[in-house]
Amino acid sequence: MKYKDYYSILGVDRSADADAIKKAYRKLAHKYHPDVSKDPQGEEKFKEVAEAYETLKNPEKRAAYDQLGRHQPGQDFQPPPDWGAQHGDTQFSFDDADLADLFAGLSGGRHSGGGHIRMPGEDFEVAAPISLLDAYRGIEIELNLSVPEPDAQGRLHRVPRKLKVRIPKGATDGQRLRLAGRGGKGLNGGRDGDLYLNITLHPHPLYRVSGHDLYIDLPLAPWEAVLGASIDVPTLAGPVRLKVPPNTPAGQKLRLSGRGLPRPHGKEGDLFAITQIVVPATATDAERGFYEQLAKDSTFNPRAKLQQEMNNAP
Amino acid sequence: MPLEHAEAVWLTEDHVFSLTELAEISGLAESELRELVDYGAVTPIDADASPWVFSGKCLLTVRTACRLRVGFDLEPHGVALMVTLLARIQELEAAVCDLRAQLPERR
Repeated sequence: MKYKDYYSILGVDRSADADAIKKAYRKLAHKYHPDVSKDPQGEEKFKEVAEAYETLKNPEKRAAYDQLGRHQPGQDFQPPPDWGAQHGDTQFSFDDADLADLFAGLSGGRHSGGGHIRMPGEDFEVAAPISLLDAYRGIEIELNLSVPEPDAQGRLHRVPRKLKVRIPKGATDGQRLRLAGRGGKGLNGGRDGDLYLNITLHPHPLYRVSGHDLYIDLPLAPWEAVLGASIDVPTLAGPVRLKVPPNTPAGQKLRLSGRGLPRPHGKEGDLFAITQIVVPATATDAERGFYEQLAKDSTFNPRAKLQQEMNNAP
Repeated sequence: MPLEHAEAVWLTEDHVFSLTELAEISGLAESELRELVDYGAVTPIDADASPWVFSGKCLLTVRTACRLRVGFDLEPHGVALMVTLLARIQELEAAVCDLRAQLPERR
């Protein structure tokens, strides 16, 4: 079993009193609680902090922890020979257990596995990063989990679990899927926990995602913007011909209805093509000639509003 | 190691939970859930209907509420306030994400 220094995790002295421990925990919870923290490592850090507090706030668990002695964090260690007997468990296996499982099993100094309190299983949250195309089509992913499971005597052991999960089409960034009863095992008849998949989408080189809607840049040559054009636009289902009306300005949102991401039980999202007017890096002599002719003949003033403001200025 | 297959369910409006189910799944007591409803942090599909039914999305809110209660040792009013503010932040983040998606990519 690997040692964790709960006192240094909370940043308190080993002689700290209950109030100091509580204060240190609260300060760190503000910083790392996954529901309020923006720190990408917040969830992991909070788990450590919560695990440390869970043991140190309970006087009996704290005393049991202190009896494990002092070791380097991460160092393999064995508890003193009589430790298990003192804390109500003579047969606990220390080889495949985590320190957190060991103390989760201790309730008021006694091992709770053999008791009669119904304990629901732990819920697991797992990140499921997928591509946009996977979200569009649906995908089967394989999860490799290491979960605490009780043996016949109620003692917790870490066991590997391999789970194949079908993510149905309709996923988008930030959505959650629930797998009922696939979390940790309940104790003494308690319900099994659930497994939650947090869907995140990898960035796509073409499409930007907002909910189930997609956005794509549609570059237009100046003459296409003025004259209108029929343009093939890539969509997740294949190219679609889009009619760009004449005199289309830059920044216009052209909607391709139902060409976004499918929703779990409803209408598909839309794809929006945002027009951009682009010019060639260098114009040929012939192109330059056309533009010079246009500049000469056109009466169009793109800055009429600015001009008006300047004329009105005192 | 055996490979298990599992069915996943979206937590959307199409999946509903009773008050008892929400309490059992989230780990909150039914009385705490009723308080969250009283404070407006969670809303049943039809507040006048009996018994209350909640959309699947509420499970996420209620689980957040449970984590906050445990993590910060809060009483129901404090939990409700935090949940409401977090929902407001999520709405604003979604609006920012939507506006960002509409901005042309920098070249």
